[in-house]
Amino acid sequence: MPPAAELIDATKKYGEIEALRGVTIRIELGDVVAILGPNGAGKTTSISLLVGLRKPTSGKALLFGLEPTNLLVRSRVGVMLQESGVPAMLKVREIVDLFRSYYPKPLPRDRAIAMAGLEEKANALVKELSGGQRQRLYFALAVCGDPDVLFLDEPTVGMDVEGRRSFIERIAEFARMGRTVVLTTHYLEEADQLAKRVIVIDRGVVIADAPPAEIKSKVAGRRMRFVAPDLTERDLEGLPVTAVSITDHRVQLLTNRPEAVLRDLFQRGVDISDLEVAGADLEDAFIAMTSH
Amino acid sequence: MLVQQTKAEFLKLWRVPAFSATSLLLPLVFYSFIGIGQASQVMQGGVRFGAYFLASMAVYAVANVMIFSFGISVATERGMKMDLLMRATPLPPLIYLLSRCITAVVFAGLTLVVLFPFAYIAGDVRLDASVWLTLAYRVLLGSIPFIALGFAIGYLSGPSSAVAVINLIYLPMAFASGLFFPKQLLPQIIQNISPYLPLYRFGQLGWNAIGYPTSESVTTDWLYLAGYGVVFFAIAVWAYRREESRKFS
Repeated sequence: MPPAAELIDATKKYGEIEALRGVTIRIELGDVVAILGPNGAGKTTSISLLVGLRKPTSGKALLFGLEPTNLLVRSRVGVMLQESGVPAMLKVREIVDLFRSYYPKPLPRDRAIAMAGLEEKANALVKELSGGQRQRLYFALAVCGDPDVLFLDEPTVGMDVEGRRSFIERIAEFARMGRTVVLTTHYLEEADQLAKRVIVIDRGVVIADAPPAEIKSKVAGRRMRFVAPDLTERDLEGLPVTAVSITDHRVQLLTNRPEAVLRDLFQRGVDISDLEVAGADLEDAFIAMTSH
Repeated sequence: MLVQQTKAEFLKLWRVPAFSATSLLLPLVFYSFIGIGQASQVMQGGVRFGAYFLASMAVYAVANVMIFSFGISVATERGMKMDLLMRATPLPPLIYLLSRCITAVVFAGLTLVVLFPFAYIAGDVRLDASVWLTLAYRVLLGSIPFIALGFAIGYLSGPSSAVAVINLIYLPMAFASGLFFPKQLLPQIIQNISPYLPLYRFGQLGWNAIGYPTSESVTTDWLYLAGYGVVFFAIAVWAYRREESRKFS
Protein backbone atom coordinates (compact mmCIF):
# COMPACT_ATOMS: atom_id res chain seq x y z
CA MET A 1 0.00 0.00 0.00
CA PRO A 2 1.37 3.44 -0.82
CA PRO A 3 2.17 5.71 2.14
CA ALA A 4 -0.45 8.20 3.32
CA ALA A 5 1.68 11.15 2.30
CA GLU A 6 4.96 11.43 0.53
CA LEU A 7 7.39 14.01 -0.78
CA ILE A 8 9.96 12.58 -3.15
CA ASP A 9 13.00 14.76 -3.70
CA ALA A 10 10.70 17.75 -3.84
CA THR A 11 12.05 21.19 -4.61
CA LYS A 12 10.13 24.43 -4.67
CA LYS A 13 11.25 27.77 -6.00
CA TYR A 14 9.35 31.01 -5.61
CA GLY A 15 11.09 33.06 -8.25
CA GLU A 16 14.72 33.13 -7.15
CA ILE A 17 14.02 31.88 -3.64
CA GLU A 18 14.51 28.18 -3.02
CA ALA A 19 12.03 27.25 -0.31
CA LEU A 20 12.66 23.51 -0.57
CA ARG A 21 15.87 21.98 -1.84
CA GLY A 22 15.21 18.30 -2.33
CA VAL A 23 13.00 17.07 0.48
CA THR A 24 12.03 13.42 0.86
CA ILE A 25 9.46 12.55 3.51
CA ARG A 26 7.42 9.39 3.83
CA ILE A 27 4.46 9.35 6.19
CA GLU A 28 2.66 6.07 6.80
CA LEU A 29 -0.98 5.70 7.74
CA GLY A 30 -1.26 6.13 11.51
CA ASP A 31 1.90 8.20 11.89
CA VAL A 32 1.80 11.30 14.06
CA VAL A 33 4.50 13.56 12.71
CA ALA A 34 5.68 17.02 13.66
CA ILE A 35 7.54 19.04 11.07
CA LEU A 36 9.76 21.37 12.96
CA GLY A 37 11.90 24.24 11.90
CA PRO A 38 12.58 27.94 12.29
CA ASN A 39 10.58 30.51 10.37
CA GLY A 40 11.20 30.33 6.66
CA ALA A 41 12.61 26.81 6.88
CA GLY A 42 10.10 25.41 4.40
CA LYS A 43 7.45 23.93 6.71
CA THR A 44 4.44 25.67 5.19
CA THR A 45 5.73 24.99 1.70
CA SER A 46 5.99 21.27 2.51
CA ILE A 47 2.38 21.23 3.72
CA SER A 48 1.21 23.22 0.70
CA LEU A 49 2.78 20.66 -1.62
CA LEU A 50 1.30 17.75 0.31
CA VAL A 51 -2.24 19.12 0.25
CA GLY A 52 -1.96 20.15 -3.39
CA LEU A 53 -2.19 23.90 -2.95
CA ARG A 54 1.18 24.27 -4.62
CA LYS A 55 3.03 22.18 -7.14
CA PRO A 56 6.63 21.13 -6.61
CA THR A 57 9.13 22.73 -8.99
CA SER A 58 10.70 19.31 -9.33
CA GLY A 59 10.17 15.99 -7.58
CA LYS A 60 6.82 14.69 -6.43
CA ALA A 61 4.16 15.19 -3.80
CA LEU A 62 1.74 12.28 -3.36
CA LEU A 63 -1.18 11.39 -1.11
CA PHE A 64 -2.02 7.69 -1.02
CA GLY A 65 0.16 7.38 -4.10
CA LEU A 66 -1.97 9.84 -6.08
CA GLU A 67 -1.88 13.51 -6.96
CA PRO A 68 -2.94 15.57 -3.93
CA THR A 69 -5.37 17.54 -6.10
CA ASN A 70 -7.39 14.40 -6.83
CA LEU A 71 -10.83 14.94 -5.27
CA LEU A 72 -11.12 11.35 -4.07
CA VAL A 73 -7.83 11.74 -2.27
CA ARG A 74 -8.92 15.08 -0.87
CA SER A 75 -12.03 13.51 0.60
CA ARG A 76 -9.72 11.52 2.91
CA VAL A 77 -7.81 14.59 4.03
CA GLY A 78 -8.56 17.40 6.46
CA VAL A 79 -6.55 20.60 6.35
CA MET A 80 -5.98 23.48 8.71
CA LEU A 81 -3.99 26.27 7.13
CA GLN A 82 -2.07 29.03 8.76
CA GLU A 83 -3.57 31.92 6.89
CA SER A 84 -7.04 31.34 5.69
CA GLY A 85 -10.40 32.97 6.15
CA VAL A 86 -13.91 31.64 6.26
CA PRO A 87 -17.09 33.54 5.48
CA ALA A 88 -17.73 35.94 8.36
CA MET A 89 -21.50 35.97 7.95
CA LEU A 90 -22.11 32.27 8.48
CA LYS A 91 -22.83 30.68 11.84
CA VAL A 92 -20.43 28.11 13.25
CA ARG A 93 -22.88 25.26 12.83
CA GLU A 94 -23.74 26.37 9.29
CA ILE A 95 -20.15 26.40 8.11
CA VAL A 96 -19.44 23.08 9.82
CA ASP A 97 -22.45 21.62 8.00
CA LEU A 98 -21.17 23.12 4.76
CA PHE A 99 -17.75 21.50 5.13
CA ARG A 100 -19.33 18.22 6.24
CA SER A 101 -21.27 18.15 3.00
CA TYR A 102 -17.97 17.96 1.08
CA TYR A 103 -17.07 14.58 2.57
CA PRO A 104 -18.59 11.14 1.95
CA LYS A 105 -18.72 10.02 5.61
CA PRO A 106 -18.55 13.06 7.84
CA LEU A 107 -18.69 13.11 11.62
CA PRO A 108 -22.00 14.22 13.14
CA ARG A 109 -22.08 18.01 13.31
CA ASP A 110 -22.26 18.23 17.09
CA ARG A 111 -19.39 15.81 17.46
CA ALA A 112 -17.14 17.90 15.21
CA ILE A 113 -18.06 21.06 17.08
CA ALA A 114 -17.45 19.32 20.41
CA MET A 115 -14.05 18.04 19.30
CA ALA A 116 -13.05 21.64 18.79
CA GLY A 117 -14.65 22.72 22.08
CA LEU A 118 -16.99 25.17 20.38
CA GLU A 119 -20.32 23.89 21.73
CA GLU A 120 -21.19 27.25 23.25
CA LYS A 121 -20.46 29.09 20.03
CA ALA A 122 -22.38 26.83 17.67
CA ASN A 123 -24.94 29.52 16.93
CA ALA A 124 -22.51 32.44 16.80
CA LEU A 125 -21.53 34.11 13.56
CA VAL A 126 -17.96 33.49 12.52
CA LYS A 127 -17.20 37.20 12.76
CA GLU A 128 -18.06 37.16 16.47
CA LEU A 129 -15.38 34.59 17.33
CA SER A 130 -12.14 35.48 19.07
CA GLY A 131 -8.80 34.56 17.54
CA GLY A 132 -8.46 31.38 19.54
CA GLN A 133 -12.05 30.34 18.83
CA ARG A 134 -11.44 30.93 15.16
CA GLN A 135 -8.45 28.56 15.28
CA ARG A 136 -10.69 25.99 16.94
CA LEU A 137 -13.29 26.50 14.22
CA TYR A 138 -10.63 25.75 11.61
CA PHE A 139 -9.85 22.61 13.53
CA ALA A 140 -13.54 21.63 13.52
CA LEU A 141 -13.62 22.20 9.75
CA ALA A 142 -10.49 20.09 9.31
CA VAL A 143 -11.83 17.10 11.28
CA CYS A 144 -15.54 17.28 10.40
CA GLY A 145 -15.05 15.09 7.33
CA ASP A 146 -13.59 12.35 9.55
CA PRO A 147 -10.40 12.34 7.47
CA ASP A 148 -7.75 9.63 7.51
CA VAL A 149 -5.02 12.24 7.36
CA LEU A 150 -5.05 15.58 9.11
CA PHE A 151 -2.66 18.36 8.08
CA LEU A 152 -2.22 21.22 10.52
CA ASP A 153 -0.01 24.16 9.64
CA GLU A 154 1.05 25.91 12.85
CA PRO A 155 -2.28 25.17 14.51
CA THR A 156 -1.54 26.91 17.80
CA VAL A 157 -0.01 30.09 16.45
CA GLY A 158 -1.18 33.11 18.39
CA MET A 159 -2.61 31.11 21.31
CA ASP A 160 -1.64 31.55 24.93
CA VAL A 161 0.05 28.73 26.85
CA GLU A 162 -3.18 27.30 28.27
CA GLY A 163 -4.94 27.51 24.93
CA ARG A 164 -2.06 25.73 23.25
CA ARG A 165 -2.03 22.95 25.79
CA SER A 166 -5.74 22.18 25.47
CA PHE A 167 -5.54 22.45 21.71
CA ILE A 168 -2.69 19.96 21.57
CA GLU A 169 -4.80 17.64 23.69
CA ARG A 170 -7.61 17.89 21.11
CA ILE A 171 -5.21 16.97 18.35
CA ALA A 172 -3.86 14.09 20.43
CA GLU A 173 -7.42 12.87 20.91
CA PHE A 174 -7.94 12.81 17.17
CA ALA A 175 -4.64 10.98 16.68
CA ARG A 176 -5.74 8.35 19.23
CA MET A 177 -8.59 7.46 16.90
CA GLY A 178 -5.83 5.89 14.80
CA ARG A 179 -5.56 8.77 12.38
CA THR A 180 -2.53 10.20 10.67
CA VAL A 181 -1.60 13.66 11.83
CA VAL A 182 1.01 15.90 10.25
CA LEU A 183 1.58 19.22 11.91
CA THR A 184 4.11 21.96 11.56
CA THR A 185 5.14 23.99 14.53
CA HIS A 186 7.97 25.95 15.97
CA TYR A 187 6.80 25.28 19.50
CA LEU A 188 9.01 22.39 20.34
CA GLU A 189 7.17 21.13 23.36
CA GLU A 190 4.19 20.52 21.09
CA ALA A 191 6.20 18.15 18.97
CA ASP A 192 7.50 16.48 22.09
CA GLN A 193 4.01 16.03 23.58
CA LEU A 194 2.25 14.93 20.47
CA ALA A 195 4.44 13.37 17.86
CA LYS A 196 5.96 9.95 17.61
CA ARG A 197 8.26 11.27 14.98
CA VAL A 198 9.87 14.63 14.40
CA ILE A 199 11.13 15.88 11.08
CA VAL A 200 13.41 18.87 11.37
CA ILE A 201 13.61 21.11 8.33
CA ASP A 202 16.08 23.92 8.03
CA ARG A 203 16.66 26.12 5.01
CA GLY A 204 14.70 23.84 2.75
CA VAL A 205 16.46 20.60 3.73
CA VAL A 206 15.52 17.81 6.12
CA ILE A 207 18.24 17.72 8.76
CA ALA A 208 16.69 15.10 11.04
CA ASP A 209 13.86 12.58 10.99
CA ALA A 210 13.53 10.54 14.17
CA PRO A 211 11.49 10.03 17.34
CA PRO A 212 11.66 13.04 19.66
CA ALA A 213 13.77 11.13 22.20
CA GLU A 214 16.32 10.19 19.58
CA ILE A 215 16.61 13.74 18.34
CA LYS A 216 17.26 14.88 21.85
CA SER A 217 19.93 12.29 22.44
CA LYS A 218 21.54 12.55 19.04
CA VAL A 219 22.43 16.15 19.22
CA ALA A 220 23.18 17.02 22.77
CA GLY A 221 21.83 15.00 25.60
CA ARG A 222 22.90 17.16 28.51
CA ARG A 223 22.72 20.77 29.37
CA MET A 224 25.40 22.10 31.71
CA ARG A 225 25.15 25.34 33.61
CA PHE A 226 27.78 26.77 35.91
CA VAL A 227 29.36 30.00 37.04
CA ALA A 228 32.96 30.63 36.06
CA PRO A 229 34.55 34.05 36.46
CA ASP A 230 36.95 35.04 33.69
CA LEU A 231 35.99 32.17 31.41
CA THR A 232 35.92 33.03 27.71
CA GLU A 233 34.76 30.99 24.78
CA ARG A 234 38.41 30.42 23.89
CA ASP A 235 38.84 28.41 27.09
CA LEU A 236 36.30 25.94 25.76
CA GLU A 237 38.02 25.32 22.44
CA GLY A 238 38.45 21.67 21.63
CA LEU A 239 35.80 20.51 24.09
CA PRO A 240 32.86 18.37 22.89
CA VAL A 241 30.27 21.12 23.40
CA THR A 242 27.71 23.01 21.33
CA ALA A 243 25.46 26.02 21.76
CA VAL A 244 27.68 27.80 24.23
CA SER A 245 26.45 30.99 25.80
CA ILE A 246 28.27 33.06 28.39
CA THR A 247 26.53 35.92 30.15
CA ASP A 248 27.76 37.53 33.39
CA HIS A 249 30.10 34.61 34.16
CA ARG A 250 27.14 32.26 33.79
CA VAL A 251 28.01 29.56 31.29
CA GLN A 252 25.50 27.37 29.53
CA LEU A 253 26.40 24.66 27.06
CA LEU A 254 25.13 21.43 25.56
CA THR A 255 27.13 18.24 25.47
CA ASN A 256 26.81 14.49 25.33
CA ARG A 257 29.85 14.00 27.60
CA PRO A 258 29.53 16.23 30.64
CA GLU A 259 32.16 14.23 32.56
CA ALA A 260 34.79 14.74 29.87
CA VAL A 261 34.00 18.42 29.74
CA LEU A 262 34.42 18.79 33.48
CA ARG A 263 37.72 16.87 33.52
CA ASP A 264 39.12 19.08 30.80
CA LEU A 265 37.95 22.23 32.52
CA PHE A 266 39.63 21.18 35.76
CA GLN A 267 42.82 20.28 33.93
CA ARG A 268 42.80 23.73 32.35
CA GLY A 269 42.54 25.20 35.79
CA VAL A 270 39.13 26.76 35.31
CA ASP A 271 37.39 27.59 38.55
CA ILE A 272 33.73 26.68 38.47
CA SER A 273 30.84 26.82 40.92
CA ASP A 274 27.08 26.27 41.00
CA LEU A 275 27.33 23.36 38.60
CA GLU A 276 24.10 22.02 37.25
CA VAL A 277 23.70 19.20 34.72
CA ALA A 278 20.30 18.35 33.29
CA GLY A 279 18.80 16.45 30.39
CA ALA A 280 18.44 18.75 27.40
CA ASP A 281 14.90 19.29 26.19
CA LEU A 282 13.90 19.31 22.57
CA GLU A 283 14.22 23.05 22.46
CA ASP A 284 17.91 22.85 23.33
CA ALA A 285 18.45 20.12 20.82
CA PHE A 286 16.71 22.14 18.21
CA ILE A 287 18.76 25.24 18.86
CA ALA A 288 21.93 23.22 18.61
CA MET A 289 20.84 21.61 15.37
CA THR A 290 19.84 24.76 13.58
CA SER A 291 22.38 27.22 14.95
CA HIS A 292 24.43 28.42 12.06
CA MET B 1 -23.21 19.23 -1.45
CA LEU B 2 -24.75 21.55 -4.03
CA VAL B 3 -27.72 22.23 -1.76
CA GLN B 4 -25.52 23.01 1.24
CA GLN B 5 -23.19 25.15 -0.80
CA THR B 6 -26.05 27.10 -2.36
CA LYS B 7 -27.64 27.62 1.03
CA ALA B 8 -24.34 28.91 2.40
CA GLU B 9 -23.77 31.20 -0.57
CA PHE B 10 -27.26 32.60 -0.22
CA LEU B 11 -26.90 33.26 3.51
CA LYS B 12 -23.53 34.88 2.93
CA LEU B 13 -25.13 37.40 0.60
CA TRP B 14 -28.42 37.77 2.45
CA ARG B 15 -26.70 38.66 5.72
CA VAL B 16 -24.79 41.55 4.17
CA PRO B 17 -27.38 44.34 4.23
CA ALA B 18 -25.13 46.53 2.12
CA PHE B 19 -25.80 44.03 -0.61
CA SER B 20 -29.22 42.56 0.06
CA ALA B 21 -30.97 45.79 1.01
CA THR B 22 -29.48 47.86 -1.79
CA SER B 23 -30.16 45.31 -4.48
CA LEU B 24 -33.75 44.75 -3.36
CA LEU B 25 -34.72 48.30 -2.40
CA LEU B 26 -32.70 50.61 -4.62
CA PRO B 27 -34.67 49.73 -7.76
CA LEU B 28 -37.87 50.57 -5.84
CA VAL B 29 -36.40 53.90 -4.77
CA PHE B 30 -35.44 54.77 -8.33
CA TYR B 31 -38.84 53.68 -9.52
CA SER B 32 -40.49 55.96 -6.98
CA PHE B 33 -38.36 58.96 -7.90
CA ILE B 34 -38.42 58.65 -11.65
CA GLY B 35 -41.12 56.22 -12.65
CA ILE B 36 -44.20 57.02 -10.58
CA GLY B 37 -44.51 60.76 -11.28
CA GLN B 38 -44.92 60.32 -15.01
CA ALA B 39 -46.13 56.74 -15.05
CA SER B 40 -49.22 57.60 -17.10
CA GLN B 41 -47.36 59.41 -19.89
CA VAL B 42 -47.79 57.56 -23.13
CA MET B 43 -44.67 56.87 -25.20
CA GLN B 44 -44.12 55.38 -28.66
CA GLY B 45 -46.20 52.32 -29.43
CA GLY B 46 -48.78 53.37 -26.87
CA VAL B 47 -46.56 52.17 -24.02
CA ARG B 48 -47.00 53.94 -20.70
CA PHE B 49 -43.83 55.27 -19.06
CA GLY B 50 -44.69 53.29 -15.92
CA ALA B 51 -44.25 50.05 -17.84
CA TYR B 52 -41.26 51.31 -19.78
CA PHE B 53 -39.45 52.28 -16.61
CA LEU B 54 -40.39 49.01 -14.95
CA ALA B 55 -38.51 47.22 -17.72
CA SER B 56 -35.56 49.59 -17.22
CA MET B 57 -35.45 48.89 -13.50
CA ALA B 58 -35.88 45.14 -13.93
CA VAL B 59 -32.82 45.14 -16.18
CA TYR B 60 -30.94 47.42 -13.82
CA ALA B 61 -31.78 45.35 -10.74
CA VAL B 62 -30.92 41.97 -12.21
CA ALA B 63 -27.66 43.04 -13.85
CA ASN B 64 -26.76 44.79 -10.61
CA VAL B 65 -27.18 41.57 -8.62
CA MET B 66 -25.09 39.60 -11.08
CA ILE B 67 -22.17 42.01 -11.21
CA PHE B 68 -22.12 42.86 -7.53
CA SER B 69 -22.72 39.44 -6.05
CA PHE B 70 -19.97 37.87 -8.13
CA GLY B 71 -17.57 40.78 -8.28
CA ILE B 72 -17.54 41.62 -4.62
CA SER B 73 -17.70 38.13 -3.20
CA VAL B 74 -14.89 36.88 -5.42
CA ALA B 75 -12.72 39.88 -4.57
CA THR B 76 -13.47 39.64 -0.84
CA GLU B 77 -12.80 35.94 -0.65
CA ARG B 78 -9.53 36.37 -2.45
CA GLY B 79 -8.62 39.14 -0.04
CA MET B 80 -9.43 37.04 3.02
CA LYS B 81 -7.76 33.97 1.56
CA MET B 82 -10.96 32.01 1.85
CA ASP B 83 -10.24 30.55 -1.53
CA LEU B 84 -7.16 28.88 -0.05
CA LEU B 85 -9.03 26.69 2.41
CA MET B 86 -11.82 25.93 -0.07
CA ARG B 87 -9.19 24.78 -2.54
CA ALA B 88 -7.92 22.23 -0.07
CA THR B 89 -11.37 20.62 0.38
CA PRO B 90 -12.88 17.96 -1.89
CA LEU B 91 -15.46 20.48 -3.14
CA PRO B 92 -15.47 20.29 -6.95
CA PRO B 93 -14.90 23.78 -8.39
CA LEU B 94 -17.86 23.29 -10.70
CA ILE B 95 -20.24 22.84 -7.75
CA TYR B 96 -18.83 25.98 -6.22
CA LEU B 97 -19.43 27.94 -9.40
CA LEU B 98 -22.87 26.44 -9.95
CA SER B 99 -24.01 27.21 -6.40
CA ARG B 100 -23.05 30.82 -6.86
CA CYS B 101 -24.91 31.06 -10.14
CA ILE B 102 -28.02 29.56 -8.59
CA THR B 103 -27.76 31.97 -5.66
CA ALA B 104 -27.38 34.95 -7.97
CA VAL B 105 -30.35 33.87 -10.08
CA VAL B 106 -32.47 33.37 -6.95
CA PHE B 107 -31.46 36.79 -5.71
CA ALA B 108 -32.18 38.35 -9.05
CA GLY B 109 -35.56 36.62 -9.02
CA LEU B 110 -36.23 38.12 -5.59
CA THR B 111 -35.56 41.62 -6.86
CA LEU B 112 -38.23 41.01 -9.50
CA VAL B 113 -40.63 39.57 -6.94
CA VAL B 114 -40.33 42.85 -5.08
CA LEU B 115 -40.23 45.16 -8.07
CA PHE B 116 -43.13 43.79 -10.11
CA PRO B 117 -45.87 44.18 -7.45
CA PHE B 118 -44.43 47.58 -6.55
CA ALA B 119 -44.79 48.76 -10.14
CA TYR B 120 -48.24 47.20 -10.32
CA ILE B 121 -49.44 49.11 -7.27
CA ALA B 122 -47.42 52.31 -7.28
CA GLY B 123 -47.00 52.73 -11.03
CA ASP B 124 -50.37 51.28 -11.95
CA VAL B 125 -48.68 49.02 -14.50
CA ARG B 126 -51.11 46.57 -16.12
CA LEU B 127 -49.63 43.93 -18.40
CA ASP B 128 -50.78 40.55 -19.68
CA ALA B 129 -49.56 37.63 -17.63
CA SER B 130 -47.53 36.44 -20.61
CA VAL B 131 -45.83 39.85 -20.82
CA TRP B 132 -44.83 39.77 -17.16
CA LEU B 133 -43.39 36.30 -17.72
CA THR B 134 -41.58 37.29 -20.91
CA LEU B 135 -40.01 40.23 -19.13
CA ALA B 136 -38.94 38.04 -16.21
CA TYR B 137 -37.35 35.29 -18.25
CA ARG B 138 -35.63 37.71 -20.63
CA VAL B 139 -33.99 39.68 -17.85
CA LEU B 140 -32.92 36.52 -16.03
CA LEU B 141 -31.51 34.86 -19.14
CA GLY B 142 -29.99 38.05 -20.50
CA SER B 143 -28.08 38.63 -17.29
CA ILE B 144 -25.66 35.75 -17.86
CA PRO B 145 -22.95 37.89 -19.51
CA PHE B 146 -22.97 40.08 -16.41
CA ILE B 147 -22.13 37.07 -14.26
CA ALA B 148 -18.97 36.70 -16.32
CA LEU B 149 -18.30 40.43 -16.05
CA GLY B 150 -18.68 40.22 -12.27
CA PHE B 151 -16.22 37.32 -12.14
CA ALA B 152 -13.71 39.14 -14.29
CA ILE B 153 -13.86 42.24 -12.08
CA GLY B 154 -13.66 40.08 -8.95
CA TYR B 155 -10.43 38.50 -10.13
CA LEU B 156 -8.89 41.66 -11.55
CA SER B 157 -9.56 44.09 -8.72
CA GLY B 158 -8.53 44.04 -5.08
CA PRO B 159 -10.95 43.33 -2.22
CA SER B 160 -11.21 46.98 -1.21
CA SER B 161 -11.34 48.43 -4.70
CA ALA B 162 -13.94 46.03 -6.13
CA VAL B 163 -16.95 48.10 -5.02
CA ALA B 164 -15.46 51.27 -6.48
CA VAL B 165 -14.48 49.58 -9.72
CA ILE B 166 -17.93 48.10 -10.16
CA ASN B 167 -19.68 51.36 -9.41
CA LEU B 168 -17.40 53.18 -11.82
CA ILE B 169 -18.23 50.73 -14.56
CA TYR B 170 -21.83 49.91 -13.81
CA LEU B 171 -23.46 53.23 -12.94
CA PRO B 172 -22.18 55.24 -15.93
CA MET B 173 -23.01 52.30 -18.18
CA ALA B 174 -26.55 52.17 -16.78
CA PHE B 175 -27.02 55.88 -17.51
CA ALA B 176 -25.45 55.67 -20.95
CA SER B 177 -27.66 52.70 -21.78
CA GLY B 178 -30.79 54.70 -21.06
CA LEU B 179 -31.87 52.76 -17.99
CA PHE B 180 -32.55 55.91 -15.98
CA PHE B 181 -33.54 58.31 -18.74
CA PRO B 182 -34.65 57.26 -22.18
CA LYS B 183 -31.79 57.29 -24.63
CA GLN B 184 -33.27 60.20 -26.61
CA LEU B 185 -32.62 62.52 -23.65
CA LEU B 186 -28.92 61.67 -23.48
CA PRO B 187 -26.19 63.79 -25.14
CA GLN B 188 -25.67 62.91 -28.81
CA ILE B 189 -22.19 61.49 -28.26
CA ILE B 190 -23.52 59.07 -25.64
CA GLN B 191 -26.39 58.15 -27.91
CA ASN B 192 -23.80 57.15 -30.51
CA ILE B 193 -22.01 54.90 -28.08
CA SER B 194 -24.96 53.32 -26.32
CA PRO B 195 -25.96 50.77 -29.00
CA TYR B 196 -22.59 49.12 -28.37
CA LEU B 197 -23.07 48.78 -24.63
CA PRO B 198 -24.08 45.37 -23.28
CA LEU B 199 -26.47 46.94 -20.83
CA TYR B 200 -28.22 48.83 -23.63
CA ARG B 201 -28.78 45.59 -25.51
CA PHE B 202 -30.04 44.06 -22.30
CA GLY B 203 -32.40 47.03 -21.87
CA GLN B 204 -33.71 46.61 -25.40
CA LEU B 205 -34.80 43.08 -24.49
CA GLY B 206 -36.76 44.43 -21.54
CA TRP B 207 -38.37 47.33 -23.37
CA ASN B 208 -39.27 45.12 -26.26
CA ALA B 209 -40.90 42.67 -23.88
CA ILE B 210 -43.41 45.25 -22.64
CA GLY B 211 -44.23 46.32 -26.19
CA TYR B 212 -42.01 49.35 -26.69
CA PRO B 213 -40.91 49.49 -30.34
CA THR B 214 -37.15 48.89 -30.35
CA SER B 215 -35.05 49.84 -33.35
CA GLU B 216 -33.55 46.44 -34.04
CA SER B 217 -34.84 42.91 -33.81
CA VAL B 218 -34.70 41.03 -30.53
CA THR B 219 -32.45 38.47 -32.18
CA THR B 220 -29.83 41.15 -32.80
CA ASP B 221 -29.94 42.10 -29.14
CA TRP B 222 -29.54 38.47 -28.06
CA LEU B 223 -26.60 38.08 -30.44
CA TYR B 224 -24.92 41.18 -29.06
CA LEU B 225 -25.39 39.91 -25.52
CA ALA B 226 -24.08 36.48 -26.45
CA GLY B 227 -21.03 38.13 -27.98
CA TYR B 228 -20.39 40.16 -24.86
CA GLY B 229 -20.94 37.04 -22.81
CA VAL B 230 -18.18 35.25 -24.70
CA VAL B 231 -15.80 38.19 -24.32
CA PHE B 232 -16.47 38.65 -20.60
CA PHE B 233 -16.22 34.93 -20.02
CA ALA B 234 -12.86 34.83 -21.81
CA ILE B 235 -11.58 37.71 -19.67
CA ALA B 236 -12.85 36.00 -16.52
CA VAL B 237 -11.14 32.73 -17.43
CA TRP B 238 -7.93 34.57 -18.25
CA ALA B 239 -8.04 36.45 -14.94
CA TYR B 240 -8.79 33.24 -13.07
CA ARG B 241 -5.87 31.46 -14.70
CA ARG B 242 -3.58 34.37 -13.97
CA GLU B 243 -4.53 34.18 -10.31
CA GLU B 244 -4.13 30.43 -10.40
CA SER B 245 -0.60 30.56 -11.71
CA ARG B 246 0.38 33.10 -9.08
CA LYS B 247 -1.14 31.52 -6.05
CA PHE B 248 -1.36 27.83 -6.72
CA SER B 249 1.61 26.84 -8.81
